[in-house]
Amino acid sequence: MASNPPPKPGDPVLLDIRDLRIEGESEDVWSPIVKGVSLKVKRGRVLGLIGESGAGKSTIGIAGMGYVRGGCRFTGGEIWFDGVNLRTLNERQLDRMRGNRVSYVAQSAAAAFNPAWRLMDQIVEVALIHGVMNRAEAERRAVELFRKLKLPEPETIGRRYPHQVSGGQLQRAMTAMALAPRPDLVVFDEPTTALDVTTQLDVLAAIKEAIEDEGAAAIYITHDLAVVSQIAHEIMVLRHGETVEWGPTEEIISRPKKPYTQALVSLRAFRKEEAPPAPPAPLLSVEGVTAAYGGAVTVLHDVSLALETGKTLAIVGESGSGKSTMARVVTGLLPPVSGAVRFAGAALPPRLKDRTKDQLRDLQLIYQMPDVAMNPRQTVEEIIGRPLTFYFGTKGAERARRVHQLLDQIELPRALATRLPTELSGGQKQRVCIARALAAKPKLIICDEPTSALDPLVAEGILRLLVGLQREEGLSYLFITHDIATVRAIADEVAVMFKGRVVRSGPLETALAPPFDDYTDLLLKSVPEMTPGWLEGALASRRMEGAGQ
Amino acid sequence: MKLIFGVIFQRLALSLVTIFLVSIVIFSSVTLLPGDFAKSILGQSATPETVAAFQRELGLDRPPVERYLEWIGRVAQGDLGDSFASGAGYQRSVAEVIGPRLGNTLFLAAITAVIAVPLALALGVAAALYRNSWFDRTVNATSLSTISFPEFFVAYILMLIFAVNLRLLPSLANVGPETPLDERLVKTLLPAMTLALVIIAHMLRMTRASIIALLASPYVEMARLKGVSRRRVILKHVLPNAWAPIVNIIAFNLAYLIVGVVVVEAVFVYPGVGQLMVDSVQTRDIPVVQGCALIFAATYIFLNLAADVIAIATNPRILHPR
Repeated sequence: MASNPPPKPGDPVLLDIRDLRIEGESEDVWSPIVKGVSLKVKRGRVLGLIGESGAGKSTIGIAGMGYVRGGCRFTGGEIWFDGVNLRTLNERQLDRMRGNRVSYVAQSAAAAFNPAWRLMDQIVEVALIHGVMNRAEAERRAVELFRKLKLPEPETIGRRYPHQVSGGQLQRAMTAMALAPRPDLVVFDEPTTALDVTTQLDVLAAIKEAIEDEGAAAIYITHDLAVVSQIAHEIMVLRHGETVEWGPTEEIISRPKKPYTQALVSLRAFRKEEAPPAPPAPLLSVEGVTAAYGGAVTVLHDVSLALETGKTLAIVGESGSGKSTMARVVTGLLPPVSGAVRFAGAALPPRLKDRTKDQLRDLQLIYQMPDVAMNPRQTVEEIIGRPLTFYFGTKGAERARRVHQLLDQIELPRALATRLPTELSGGQKQRVCIARALAAKPKLIICDEPTSALDPLVAEGILRLLVGLQREEGLSYLFITHDIATVRAIADEVAVMFKGRVVRSGPLETALAPPFDDYTDLLLKSVPEMTPGWLEGALASRRMEGAGQ
Repeated sequence: MKLIFGVIFQRLALSLVTIFLVSIVIFSSVTLLPGDFAKSILGQSATPETVAAFQRELGLDRPPVERYLEWIGRVAQGDLGDSFASGAGYQRSVAEVIGPRLGNTLFLAAITAVIAVPLALALGVAAALYRNSWFDRTVNATSLSTISFPEFFVAYILMLIFAVNLRLLPSLANVGPETPLDERLVKTLLPAMTLALVIIAHMLRMTRASIIALLASPYVEMARLKGVSRRRVILKHVLPNAWAPIVNIIAFNLAYLIVGVVVVEAVFVYPGVGQLMVDSVQTRDIPVVQGCALIFAATYIFLNLAADVIAIATNPRILHPR
């Protein structure tokens, strides 16, 4: 490390981070978050940083701007940007460089734009405070970028406030803000993670075109290997604040060397085994349900679905498709305006309070956010034991024995029984939620995006567990998700929802195979793949269809 | 814009309903007050007949509902009634009794507000900007102690320093209708300083807290990463989003300046409404007590309404709907 001569201004390597060390504080204890990471970004090239949450990828990305978040501190290393070590600059010198020569695109544009300012004012602010353009020039430049990023009404969209444009448009506007002063380097911090998959494709393509066009170098941070493989020239895989592997994109995707990278690459290969054919035994049927919030906004239009015992019905759709509302109708939280829900041969009362205890017990739920679905002051044993007592009156030693059995079933050590939820990892919490649902001995479990808040490898573990439990217990799942890969992994039957209607349904093999309806086609083609050139192909086919219409 | 006028109109209507409800509460609690005006004027030795005659003259013998309806009916027309303390040939309306006192109270409140509000905002913003510096710590410690001391204590301390030791300011603020403006200003300064010390602390701490709460927002980090200086981040990015809570606490403190300063008035012998109300309660001058209470209630409601409107007007989500 010491033998490395310091970079000079104008070197082909624009950003040269050497042995970076950062610590974070939690409850007065400082612990390392980044443990000696080195990386290089060449001019005009894109480096992808990938890893699960807690890998330190965001921290490293913004450290490239000489910035650490509150509660963090640099403890070692050098950050050379175009021949200057950013760690030796004072705050004023850093301010002069930030936004101007290095800029940032945040994960949630909706939160990262100031709600009290019009978009244009926020975008030209960078050029104005750095004195690189006057207001008229800066506005012209912004409109030029709006056009390049394919924002609608490029001339006037800047007059709107952030809450007046959609999430995908905000993310483009933020990219325009980052590119406006013609920076040498842009740090993209999960810019498409919060977007729907069909929107993500457009934004991703717009970002890729814009940075190529502008000749800017970029650090692209994401947890999605497929996304990063479409945009980055090189990929660095991070885990627990350390580099696992770093190489050209092509090599990381097709010839990963480290087991962790190999696991990430082969992640989406998991498939549920084909179940032996059984006589059809209908368990749940939703018949012509129309539902509305506040009696006014209709979110489900005449939806019908059917699920058989021991099978999984996956409801796929993007935000606003009505898939979560569907779950609320089945659970009785939202009585439908018209239509009926039948369960195990009998009509289910539309209202939760009219249902019998057995009907409640038969239908259990697993939520997207295990953190908020558990009482933080109860131990794991109390959380899992509560339905045992409530439904079966199990108490004392017998209850403790059942809790241990359930912990075995969800593959968690029995010692965790005495822990509080805050002492568990995200995956462990979701497992406890599954055990709580299992404790009621239900016939049907409604899974509302149970894996979408989890890191990919952890999510796969949860899916394997759910499939295993289904085989052992003959459970049925109503599985709500926006992720096609998850559907392929676990579903027997599929229903695709779009704007409150089921646009496609049927067995997995036929529902997700051509010929498609327009929406399912768009949805499937938008799911990022690791194949080189996939992004361009997907866009081209979308344009051809647009031209053909 | 249409929307905002709709909201203002709605709040205004709600305020009127609130004032009406408050008037019922005021009337019933005053009616439930033990003792009555007739007895306290005529003294212990008065015969029941004289007391009854006097009560008849004042209308106190009629049932409360009837008296309330008559009172509220006249209030609606802007007439607060006549003070009991007026006699034949010495007729004084409640408005005449309260008028000059209210003028004094508003004068003191205005002087205090002019000193306190800008100072509190500036100090609050500066404390947030230089968070955890010696300046911030000093401001915090000082404001906490001025809040913790009772106001009369602060008043006497100031009096000791400025009136007794330095002999710069008069210790009594006994202004009258004929007092010229310059003398009035000098006499009002000590009570105004006392009140300012108390309310600056409140407003400053709220300003600082509202700003610091927003410093963790993603858009603040974004602004910093755009190269925006800390000072500009707070003044231009954070403050416009912090107005709602700040304006609320300002309204609350302004209301306090009008309705809650009786102790300070007493210490400086300042002839304000607070003192008047206390005196009127003692003499059971019911119309004056009711008038004061109603004015206090209206002040609270109006200032809170103003704060609400400002909070709405600074929220682009309401001002510029989708």
